[in-house]
Order: sequence, then structure tokens, then C-alpha cells
Amino acid sequence: MDALDLARWQFGIITVYHFLFVPITIGMSALVAGLQTAWVRTGKEHYLRATKFWGKLFLINFAMGVVTGIVQEFQFGMNWSDYSRFVGDVFGAPLAIEGLLAFFLESTFLGLWIFGWDRLPKKLHLATIWLASIGTLLSAYFILAANSWMQHPVGYAVNPASGRAELHSIWAVLTNSTTLVTFPHTITACFLTAGAVLVAVSAWHLKRRHQEEVFRPSLKLGAVVVLVAGVGVLVTGDLQARIMTEQQPMKMAAAEALYDTAEPASFSIFTLGSLDGREEMASVRIPSLLSFMATGSPGGEVEGINNIQQAYEQKYGPGDYTPYVPVTYWSFRLMIGFGGLAMLVALAALWATRRGRAPTSRWLWLASIASIGMPLAANSFGWIFTEMGRQPWTVFGVFKTAQSVSPSVGAASVATSLIVLTLLYGVLAVVEVGLFIRYARAGAPEIEPETDDADRPLAFAY
Amino acid sequence: MELTTVWFALIAILWAGYFLLEGFDFGVGILLPVLGRSNRERRLLINTIGPVWDGNEVWLLVAGGATFAAFPEWYATLFSGFYLPLLLILVALILRGVAFEYRGKRDDDAWRRRWDYCITGGSLVPALLWGVAFGNIVRGVRIDADHEYVGGLFALLNPYALLGGLTTLTLFTLHGAVFLALKTDGEMRGRAGRLAARLGGPAVLVAGGFLLWTAIAHHDVAGWLLSAAAAAALVGAVVATRARREGWAFLATGATLVLAVFALFVTLFPDVMPSSIAAANSLTVHNAASTPYTLKVMTWVAVAFTPIVLAYQGWTYWVFRKRLTAERIPA
Repeated sequence: MDALDLARWQFGIITVYHFLFVPITIGMSALVAGLQTAWVRTGKEHYLRATKFWGKLFLINFAMGVVTGIVQEFQFGMNWSDYSRFVGDVFGAPLAIEGLLAFFLESTFLGLWIFGWDRLPKKLHLATIWLASIGTLLSAYFILAANSWMQHPVGYAVNPASGRAELHSIWAVLTNSTTLVTFPHTITACFLTAGAVLVAVSAWHLKRRHQEEVFRPSLKLGAVVVLVAGVGVLVTGDLQARIMTEQQPMKMAAAEALYDTAEPASFSIFTLGSLDGREEMASVRIPSLLSFMATGSPGGEVEGINNIQQAYEQKYGPGDYTPYVPVTYWSFRLMIGFGGLAMLVALAALWATRRGRAPTSRWLWLASIASIGMPLAANSFGWIFTEMGRQPWTVFGVFKTAQSVSPSVGAASVATSLIVLTLLYGVLAVVEVGLFIRYARAGAPEIEPETDDADRPLAFAY
Repeated sequence: MELTTVWFALIAILWAGYFLLEGFDFGVGILLPVLGRSNRERRLLINTIGPVWDGNEVWLLVAGGATFAAFPEWYATLFSGFYLPLLLILVALILRGVAFEYRGKRDDDAWRRRWDYCITGGSLVPALLWGVAFGNIVRGVRIDADHEYVGGLFALLNPYALLGGLTTLTLFTLHGAVFLALKTDGEMRGRAGRLAARLGGPAVLVAGGFLLWTAIAHHDVAGWLLSAAAAAALVGAVVATRARREGWAFLATGATLVLAVFALFVTLFPDVMPSSIAAANSLTVHNAASTPYTLKVMTWVAVAFTPIVLAYQGWTYWVFRKRLTAERIPA
């Protein structure tokens, strides 16, 4: 493998890993803030216990999101220096704004929340978690604006003298149509993920009839969040597919392994045959569905890979403009499949616990507990799909991945970094999951009566 | 003033803020095994920076992001050129950040000991390497005509840069000790103060040597003045520490770090990364900068939001202003 392949593997591993923690952070910060609001407004103790319990799990996860985020910012310059030189004028701005507007807000107010339980007035303390939560949303917006610019570059021009992309309108970048559909799609997916965390952990406790006063409402809250957010993911995903078909038709064709233009085009649920879908032995197909996803009309024409390849050769010169189809085809299906599965489980769990009932089905419990992994898988496959589907480009139609890599960094250096970070991340994953399970099983804490002793032990101290 | 100069100054301020704030975080981490004799004392030390360390680290992320946005060439050359040292810094910051959150989450001595190593090592490595990195930037490194770093790893380990590393290491350690004397009470306060007093001499020697070497190697009047001011602040810090004036001592070590960063940046200007191969290859505030439009957008964002950030970060320090004692740490 050369430095380019290694750098791509590193980006994939590091970024997918980072995004295991990010959605839980974004979704759970708001859910914890909601629970704490319920406590402040009603004074009911079980809300406070739920806040503290889910807050702990949230923090265990948050730490990993923070530290793996530092690598994200550094690796553009480290592994992708020619990309950084080319796009810095455009791409750097949202990144810097993200730091100034979002990272400071998140980290400062989360610090205040963790250590401020006994030091801030109740309502001010509540405000700190909301501000941290708003910080996570702002962060998502700016980084998705940066990513959307790579999918659909707007508001810029390439300066022929310097050969660099130059920003002409920050407003165009921040209101990119791609950003406007990607942001709600990602955020609803984050809530779906956080809802599944609530469902899974609550189900574990309810199965043992443990702390029902805390975990029954938590399970319901989680399941409702999964369902509402899931509908949001579907609607925004549909909008996104249409915009993608317009802006990156190759990605849509690669999502279906559609080689020849079809009108109407069917959608295959799965296919048996060669990995890249050229030869098909058997498939389960829904007629016209791809046409509907891509164009909004059941009879719409969807361009095939071969046709687009020809058109791109004319537009961009000779070359291979087809992404690696086995990955795009399967990641697209797995994304939708795992997301849908999490919704089905949530629906079943909600039905089985209606009006104080407790389900007896062992399978439903197991599925509920397992549902924590489904959105995580769906999120990962979603990113793998959208990034792999953009290949061979880093900036679609403008700059290729092969041009982006750092020319001065040798394969040995990238390999060192890939191995070191992957091993480190592997060890930390074991530690994180271990702690998460330990704290999830411990259940919600009992609430100690408040005292006015100024020298009492610190709450939430490290 | 040209916007490129404004952004050069802003990045200097971001690094100065980072050294000022995370400097004492690093110092506390380095001193953890020295000052914390029991688990309860180590918890006390960690909790002095508990609410703020993460916010302090954001100064680094914003410095990196601002460099990417305002001087993409600088960001690209620096990060790809100093590849392996930066990887080490990343590993250190990852372990250190996780350690703060996870250390207290299991009641198990072996578990806590392992995270203590991560905190100490994770503080020591960046405290040393940031100085090595800045030493190399100021000294100039082998940058070719394509703005690529071609010097290799071992060229970064030259005496001047290593002295720079020792400078940040000793200054951060001293800054951390002074911070602890200010933030704790009881036995720890005295212990940290005495250690700070002992660290003063070596810090003056190392940092003074580095600043003098910098000033002699570059004939830059403003650089001379700022280096002298940094040295004076350091001497003031030593005096204040010996006199047990903890607030003044902290202000003085903070001023030392800020002035030293300014001295380095002023010495650099108008280069941002000089080439030791040929002056024509050097990255400057002009040839490394983004377009005026991008700089203008970024300036507006910075003008609008920096005061807000400073206000709420400052407020955090106000909320947690109380000195901590071991008695307040849950056993």
C-alpha cells in the first residue's frame, strides 16, 4: 500500500470511530437537558435521578468524542496537506468558526455543568447543559457545511494563477442546499441514536424489574424519540437523495449498482451475484422505487453508471469516475436497513410496554438491548456511503483524492500513525464500553438530601 | 494594518492564550506524582483544573483552525512537516483527556494508577514538544520551493529547539505549581508554593538562556524588548513566589508565557515559517495567507464572538474561584 491508500484507511477508521461518539453526544446532551428541565419544572425526584444516570453515560461517551475530535482537525494538515493548500481559503473558515462558536461553548458549559451542581443556582445550572447542547448543534452545522462543500462546492472560484479554490461567498457556503438537507438528516439520526441508547439501557433494567420508576419513563422517552427522529431521518434522507441525484448522479447510480440508465428504475433490497452488481443471480426488487427516491416520480429516469462515466470523461478528461460499487451498494442498504430496524424495535417496545404492561417476550428484550448498535451501524454506513460514493473526488468535480495527499509524508510515517492510532482507539474502545456497561448496570443513583454546608464534598468531582 | 498582519497577531494571541491556560493544566499534570502523595491529594490536584481543562484545550483547536483558515500554506506545511511529533502530541492529548474523565470512575487503585501515568505522561510530552516545535519554527527548517518540509525527523532535534522544549516544560511546570499554590489551601498550598520557589531558579536559567539565544540569533528590536520583558516577568514571578504572593506570582508566570510567545512571533514576522534552504522558500504572512475576502469574513466573526467567549470563560474561573482542600474531596 502506498501513502495515499494508508492515508485513506486512516481517514476512514479515525472518522467512523469519531462518529460513533458524536451522535450520542449531540442527541443525549439534549435529552439530558430535557430530563433536567422536567426535574426543575416539576420537582419530581425520578427526573433528577434519570438526569444524573443518563448524564453519567453521556459524559463517558463525551470524553471520547472530544479527544478523537482533535485528531480530525490535525489530520487534514498531516495527511492531506495538498488538499489543505487547495481548499484552505474556503474549507478552513467553517472549521475555525466551529472552534470559536461551538467548541468553546460545548467545553466551557459542560465543565460548568459537571462541576456546577452544588455551585450554581438551579436554573442557571440547567442553562449550562442547554448551552452545551446548542454548542454540539452549532458544531455539527459548521462541520457539515464544510463537508457539504466537498460534496457540492459553491460560493468559490479556482484562481488560475495560484491553482487554489478561493472563497467568494461565505453565505453561499453556509446556505448550500446540500448543507440544508444534510444537517437535519444528521441531527435526526443523532437523536435516533440517543433514543436507542435510552431504549437499550432501560430495557436491560426493566427486564430485571429494576428501578422501574426511572427506567419505564426513560424507555418510553427513548422509543418515542427513536420513532419521531426516525421519521425525520426518512423524510430528510428522501430530500437528500433527490439533491444528490441532481448534484452527484454517479453516487445515486452507484448506490443501486445501476449500470444502464433506466426509466422507471427499480430498487433492489438485496442482490445475490457478483459483488459489484454487474452479474445478478437473484434479487428482491421494488419496482419504480429508485425512480421515486431519485426524482420524486415513480416513472422518472435514473442515469446509469456507464452513461455518467462517459459524460464525465467528456467533461473532466479520461479517467475512472466510478466509485467502488460494492461498498456504495451495500453501505446504502445497510444504512437504511439498520436505521429501519432500530425504529421497528422501538415501536415494538413501546407497544409492549403500553399502559403499564411488561412484555414477557425474551426476544423483544434482547432486540431492545441490541438496538443500541443499530443506529451506530447505520450512521457509520451512511458516512461510508457518502464519502466513498464521492470518489474519486475529495471536492466533487474539482479536486481528486489522489491529488490531496501530503507529498512530503512517506508511507512509513502514515503507516506508523495508522497503526498507533488504530491500536490506541481499539484499547480505548474496550475501556469505554467496559465503563459504559458498568455504569449502565449500576442504575440510577439515590438522591441525597441537599445541605447548606459550604465545605461539603464536591458533587461530580473527578 | 493589513488583515494578514491582524491574523498573524490573532494566531499569536491564540497560542499565547493556549500556553497561558493549558500551560498550568500541563503543569498540574506533570506535578501529579510529585505533589499528590495519596489518592485523595491527587484527586484534589486534578479537581483544581477539572472544570476548565477542556475549555483551555479549545484554544489549541481554534489556533489550529484559524491557521488553516487564515494561512492554509502554513497549516499544510507545518502539520505535514512535523508529522511524527504531532502524532505524539495527539496520542498524549487523547490519553490525558480520557484519563481526566475516567480516572475516578472505578474504585480500583491499579485503574487509577494507570490513568495517573496517562495524565502525567500526557502532560509532559506536549509541554516539551510544543517548545521544540516553536523552536524549530523560529530557527527555520528545510522547506523547499514547493513549500514542503524536507528536513526529516531528526533535524527537528537540534540544540536550540530542544532548549525551547525545556523552556516550555519548565515554565509550564512552574506555572502549574504557582497555580496550585493559588488554587488550594491547607497543606497542599504550602507544598506547592515551596516547590514553585525551588523551580524558580532552573526556570530563569533555562528560559533566560532560550530567550537570550533567540534574541542574539535574530536582530529584532521588538523581539529583544519582548524577550527582556518576559525575562523580567519571570524574575518577578520568582520574587513573588518566594514572598508567598500567590496571585502576583500567577500573574507573573502567565505574563512570562504570553510575552515569550509574543517575542517568538514578533521575531518571526513577517515570516511564518522561514526556510533554512533559501529565503525565497520561506512562508510569509503574504504568500501563506488566504484571500482578503476570507480574512475579512473571519475578522468579523472573531470581532463578534471573541468577547463573548472571553466573557463566559472568564465567568467560569469566577464560579470556581474558591480554593480547594483535600477535605472537600470525597474520600
